Amino acid sequence: MNTTATKSNLYYHDRVVTVLVAWSIVWSVLGMAVGLYVAAELVWPQLDFGYPWLSYGRLRPLHTNVVVFGFAVSALMATAFYSVQRTSHVPLFAPALAWFCCIAWQLAIVAGGLSLLAGINASKEYAELEWPFDIAITIVWVCFAIVFFGTIAKRKIQPIYVSNWFYGGLIIVIAMLHIVNSLAMPVTLTKSYSLFAGAPDAIVQWWYGHNAVGFLLTGGFLGMMYYFLPKQAGRPIWSYRLSIVAFWAFTYSYIWAGPHHLHFNAIPDWVQSLGMVMSLILLAPSWATMINGIMTVSGAHAKLKTDPALKFIVLSLAFYGLATFEGPMMAIKSVNIVSHFTDWTIGHVHSGALGWNAMITFGTFYFLVPKLAGRDLYSVKLANIHFWLALAGTMLYILAMWGAGVSQGLLWLSLDEIGELNFSFKDIMGSMAPYYGLRVVAGVLFLSGTLLLAFNLFKTLQGQKVVRVVPPPVAAMEAA
Amino acid sequence: MNGLGLHQRLERNAGLLIFGILFVSAIGGLVQVLPSIFQESLSQPAANTRPYGALELVGRDIYIREGCGTCHSQQVRPLLAEVKRYGPYSRAGESVYDRPFLWGSKRTGPDLHRIGGRYTDTWHRVHLLDPRSVVNNSIMPAYPWLAERAANADGDIQLRLKVLRRLGHPYTDADIESAPAKLEGLTEIDAVIAYLQQLGAGLGAEQ
Repeated sequence: MNTTATKSNLYYHDRVVTVLVAWSIVWSVLGMAVGLYVAAELVWPQLDFGYPWLSYGRLRPLHTNVVVFGFAVSALMATAFYSVQRTSHVPLFAPALAWFCCIAWQLAIVAGGLSLLAGINASKEYAELEWPFDIAITIVWVCFAIVFFGTIAKRKIQPIYVSNWFYGGLIIVIAMLHIVNSLAMPVTLTKSYSLFAGAPDAIVQWWYGHNAVGFLLTGGFLGMMYYFLPKQAGRPIWSYRLSIVAFWAFTYSYIWAGPHHLHFNAIPDWVQSLGMVMSLILLAPSWATMINGIMTVSGAHAKLKTDPALKFIVLSLAFYGLATFEGPMMAIKSVNIVSHFTDWTIGHVHSGALGWNAMITFGTFYFLVPKLAGRDLYSVKLANIHFWLALAGTMLYILAMWGAGVSQGLLWLSLDEIGELNFSFKDIMGSMAPYYGLRVVAGVLFLSGTLLLAFNLFKTLQGQKVVRVVPPPVAAMEAA
Repeated sequence: MNGLGLHQRLERNAGLLIFGILFVSAIGGLVQVLPSIFQESLSQPAANTRPYGALELVGRDIYIREGCGTCHSQQVRPLLAEVKRYGPYSRAGESVYDRPFLWGSKRTGPDLHRIGGRYTDTWHRVHLLDPRSVVNNSIMPAYPWLAERAANADGDIQLRLKVLRRLGHPYTDADIESAPAKLEGLTEIDAVIAYLQQLGAGLGAEQ
């Protein structure tokens, strides 16, 4: 690594990346701790001690918002800023604006999180924050776009690398979804009414909700994968052609799949069927990208045994494959009859969120933080322990929720020979206790792994040197 | 020009790439979402569906505030077992005054779309204050604070109704004028119960 400090500001702006990574880790610990707490409340409902702000209904949106917008988005901003400089061979465009994104985003998460605890809740899933936050998010997002695309605009390498297509897709599509879904008429600073009502509101919400998962938790993290996996494996992407086809097929087809969240709900049948068909089609680009990633690692197997970062990234691809297979299956209407409204959905989300998003982020951080700190990882052993805790936690979580969800779904639908219900809702709910208990254990395992990561990376960063990386010299671009 | 050549132009020109992503990702929404927003049959109220009264609206907003929708759906699917368990399946016309919709995505507790009239007000009051006193294995949180706060504590009920009127809900001047009086002396728990008790009544004669 070239660490010569120059007098000009031609070095990469990595300080802001470090701060974003640190915040992402803080949010991952907090967000997962809140998740564990709400999981425990479903076993011991008295755990709210009679405080409104500790009540399940307020903590649950806090959990999802902190992990998605705190942990995941901070990690995506950090890695986007890091990789766009290296793939463009120039420092960030408007670094002050990058710092603004970093700080304003963290403030928005803090204030937004407190507002959720206060019960200020617009109620749309993954878009619970009220309208002043929606405006703040839009402003930060536009600044994120300016920094990112500004850096690309002044790049010294003519082709735009594939990771940047995905980060670009994240920025553009999330902006579109967020603005449309958040349209509302304010009543006061803390209350608004959606511009859409009833069935259209549901369709718009799941167009947003599904694609927030699509372009943020899938697409954004594929950008991370396309930069950090080849870097870490020391090998180029297996197929450039496949990455192109998969990117455009993904961008086109994901957006149609939202209505599978509304199967057999009061929306037009053609919308549901189209959503189902497009969900099935989505399997192709999803697995194409997974195959591209797995094939990139093949041949670097020796490294897989010794390098915890690579282990995390490869395992995350396996879970990515699992989740993107399970999703289309659950979108089939006859399967969805059983899975809809059950804990199976929660299990599916977590096989993506823990197995894919969290694991690839952990792998990336184990690679990135030593680079940012200019020294080796504090403890490879701790990282290996973290790997097994994370894997065990994720597997136990998914198995518990499969068990809960499938039995719930089937028991709710179960009729006797004369067509009467076999089981009361109360009895079925009562039978969930062992599964919910297992989930708490899974959460403890996963969270303790995350705490090890936080400790390990904190020790790595402690007393770090200032690392200044200068862009490598490149031949001037030919005129476009 | 082969496909790879075309793509090389896209990936060398940031503007073209941005436009390409926006265009390709917008198609699905334009074809699938936009028509639903303007489809008239989705915004025609069902036979007995009317805008929420002042007390019911306050109750609904509390239901949102407390995140009740994280565990309770309000959407009965057209399946035999669901209709047996909950009542007639949900129609789009019943939700036309729902901003936002509250169909939910998870049933940790039972569906509530046809809960109205199934239990007495007293049952709901006891259940909200101490769920396990009436359902022994319930994992629902208790909501003691609802009985302590006045229904018009926020003091903005007229403003809420005015905003909804601007969004097309047919409230009269008299409705808005009389709204604070309808909340007089009542607590939040009364509002939530009023909201729960009217759920499912919107279907009317179609039933």
